[in-house]
Amino acid sequence: MANPTGWKPSMEKGAAAGADSQENGLMGATRGLAMEEPLVFEQGSPGRVGVSLPPVPAGADPAAEIPAALLRGEIAGMPEMGELEVVRHFTRLSQWNWGIDTGFYPLGSCTMKYNPKSSEALARLPGFAGAHPLLPGSMSQGALELIYELERSLSEVAGFPASVMSPAAGAQGELVGLMMIRAYHVARGNPRHKVLIPDTAHGTNPASAAFNGYSTVQLESGPDGRLHPETVAKAMDEDVAAIMITNPNTLGIFESHIAEIAAIVHAKGGLVYGDGANFNALLGVARPGDMGFDVMQYNLHKTFATPHGGGGPGSGPVGVAEALIPFMPLPVVVKEGETYRLVTDPAERPSTVGKVREFWGNMGMFVRAWALIRELGPEGLRRVAELAVLNANYVRSELKGHFNLPYETETLHEVVFDDKLQKDAGVTTMDLAKRLIDHGSHPPTVYFPLVVHGALMIEPTETESKETLDQFVAAMRSIAAESKANPEALKAAPLKTVRARLDETRAARKPVLRWTPGMKVE
Amino acid sequence: MRYHPHTPGDVRQMLDVCGVSSISDLFRSIPARLRLERPLDVPAATDEVSLLAEFQRLAARNRTEHPPFIGAGAYAHHVPPVVDQLLLRGEFFTAYTPYQPEIAQGTLQALFEWQTFVTLLTGLEISNASMYDGASATAEAVLLATRTTSRDKVVVSAALHPEYRKVLSTYLASTGDEIVTVPYGPDGRTDLAALDAAVDDRTAAVVLGYPNFFGVIDALPEAAAIAKRGGALAISATSEAVSLGLLQAPGALGADVAVGTLQSFGNGVSFGGPAPGFLAIREGLVRQMPGRVAGATVDRTGRRGFVLTLSTREQHIRREKATSNICTNAGLAALAATIHLSLLGKGGLAHLARLNHARGKQLRDAMKKAGFGLRFTGPTFNEAAFEVGDAQAVVDRLAKRGIAAGVPLSRWYPDDPRMKGALLSVATELHTPELIELFAQSVRE
Repeated sequence: MANPTGWKPSMEKGAAAGADSQENGLMGATRGLAMEEPLVFEQGSPGRVGVSLPPVPAGADPAAEIPAALLRGEIAGMPEMGELEVVRHFTRLSQWNWGIDTGFYPLGSCTMKYNPKSSEALARLPGFAGAHPLLPGSMSQGALELIYELERSLSEVAGFPASVMSPAAGAQGELVGLMMIRAYHVARGNPRHKVLIPDTAHGTNPASAAFNGYSTVQLESGPDGRLHPETVAKAMDEDVAAIMITNPNTLGIFESHIAEIAAIVHAKGGLVYGDGANFNALLGVARPGDMGFDVMQYNLHKTFATPHGGGGPGSGPVGVAEALIPFMPLPVVVKEGETYRLVTDPAERPSTVGKVREFWGNMGMFVRAWALIRELGPEGLRRVAELAVLNANYVRSELKGHFNLPYETETLHEVVFDDKLQKDAGVTTMDLAKRLIDHGSHPPTVYFPLVVHGALMIEPTETESKETLDQFVAAMRSIAAESKANPEALKAAPLKTVRARLDETRAARKPVLRWTPGMKVE
Repeated sequence: MRYHPHTPGDVRQMLDVCGVSSISDLFRSIPARLRLERPLDVPAATDEVSLLAEFQRLAARNRTEHPPFIGAGAYAHHVPPVVDQLLLRGEFFTAYTPYQPEIAQGTLQALFEWQTFVTLLTGLEISNASMYDGASATAEAVLLATRTTSRDKVVVSAALHPEYRKVLSTYLASTGDEIVTVPYGPDGRTDLAALDAAVDDRTAAVVLGYPNFFGVIDALPEAAAIAKRGGALAISATSEAVSLGLLQAPGALGADVAVGTLQSFGNGVSFGGPAPGFLAIREGLVRQMPGRVAGATVDRTGRRGFVLTLSTREQHIRREKATSNICTNAGLAALAATIHLSLLGKGGLAHLARLNHARGKQLRDAMKKAGFGLRFTGPTFNEAAFEVGDAQAVVDRLAKRGIAAGVPLSRWYPDDPRMKGALLSVATELHTPELIELFAQSVRE
């Protein structure tokens, strides 16, 4: 295979320069022995195989039963590799990745906390991993009990009478929340047409509203980064189905007028949707259901520590107020005496909005989330919020002055800085983020929320130690100093990664979205 | 608490830096009347030893001692231990969406490989980086079709997985698009005359299972031709993806969009989730595709690398004008499938598919010998509907012996008298000939 990655030894030159942990005593990123690794389709050899399977019994000839036009032979282009080749391939790929297990990952609004290893062992118990979703109730009581207990606890933690468990991720939870809101209004004779969304919202909010046929009205947050009751009052009318609020919002600021805002919306017959992406800040401290929220999705992969997995699977159960219970999608798990039962027949819930995911939801994530709740208990859950907020405020205090804080308002679990103090030297948020990689940290979320130009959104989570935060702070301060002294070094970053900055424009202009024989990307 | 590293000294020092005297001061922005002034009413904390015992007790209440004879959209296959060991590498496991491609090349290249595998299996040109599951992928495919054609009706086979149809109708409830369901014939395939009659100039898409819910290899080429004649897109949905190692690729049979799940590769049945949904399309549809996609590019020094691309379709850029609200998808489940497909490769996949077809035949033969015929006459892969008299009674009786027999089709087709005695059952490489024999005998007893 002729060097498909285009790597040349000369490319190593210069990579050794730059942020060096030995020089400045910061976090410890050095270059390990990272191997170049082609695609699986570019390696192997004809005839190799990486599995061991029982033989195909004689006497079964597909061609005798299935029309020839519907049969295919071996698939050209499939790799042919032995097991060790596959093991090395994916081991090497993993080494090109940064994960929470590698180091600090303060990706704001994503709640990159430690994912307990024991949860992995529990989810792999054959009774869970091997349970078919359509097992008769008598054969699946353990799974149903777990879903039931998790539903009860999630509802308690967020202050709702019930929760929908099936949504596959937070965004699908939003979709479900808005479907129920729509059904609620339809049942009252008018679906209404508008949804109010503050300018600090995640992009999924307007997308979910549009998906349900609602037009969105953007609300401006005030100079303190909060949504103000008068802004809501002005926009609120009887054609507004709901307002979607993230609390704390994406600036990390608690929407302290939430109760007044909810009252304004409720007075005109609207409902209040809570985006639970930032729920980690409130565990055991305050409950959205007590603040006037009518519905909120939980992101189990954020607050309840199920692994993010390189982009899912997530899990997005949705807590609902009393008024929305009739509209919950199916299934729901009920307890009858000592027996648990899945309700799947709309005849039992005639107002249900239907079903959004095949079967019952991401059970694998339920097992992990329940394990976390069981290990933490009431005190531990509250400690999650306390330490997450302490960590974020500590980082905020230590970085203030080195980076511009666009909002002085108190923050909870995350803090948003921007690149205002660095811009004059020509250094952008992207440069700061890329340089941070050389220091051995995942960058914060960048350029979000949209209300802050050049935002750097930092969420440390509760599982990080003071030492890790101190190293991060030292790295950030060093970068702030470097942006004045040697801005060019930041432009060149990252230098210690397996790849330098990638050409995203080219990727979009000339899309190459799969391997094809002889593929060349140069 | 092992996950909370703060010592009392750490907390004290950190509070000092923050300029407050207690942690509760940090929550001042929450009005007092909104704070919870009692402990949460959840079970008391427990330790790892007790936790393991508790979960083992729960897990033991799910009967999984035999491989299930239930398929119906979730398929128990042998997952080589190597898949899980690679999957558990923390660098994959604990990473998120590859927003910073320089330190996410592992995830990105693996997604690119997933996309390639999906295009090879489906015979289509483009795949996204995964969906939640087969059902929502089907709904997203239909929405793609309505956007592309600016039409407002979809024609769906009654032999498409009932859960996929339910999710589709839930997704379409707010768009007002019409769903027309066409029946299946005595062969278990979609009634082509009815399909032809249902497709008109309002039809955006025709949706078929391949194989369909009854395990029958449906008439995809004919249905795709009808769709094409009517100016609609042909969508095929596959929940048993091992079949694609034996059956002609949907794209080669005229499908414009292929969706489903690759759960059969690398992923356990896990009570129904997670599963790696997939969505593949013809090239011309790419701007309407939902979800993330990885693409190849070069870095500043000219080396090949991978990034997320074409993001102007997506919610974080387009917000309310996005092609979908999907954000996080099923990355790790897709990685599991990618690893398993890499191990299988060309020869292994063909072998596995033929083995599954053969086990299906052994099941059909054993049931026939035991006196149970097939409900449908159409060709099948590894799953089929059997006439067993009272299907629910069979399921209940075998459950007492720890055998998951299959699903009574009357559960989803209560109005079709033909389904009264139909039991849908599957056999995969996990079912030995002896177990299949035992199963057929047990159904008869």
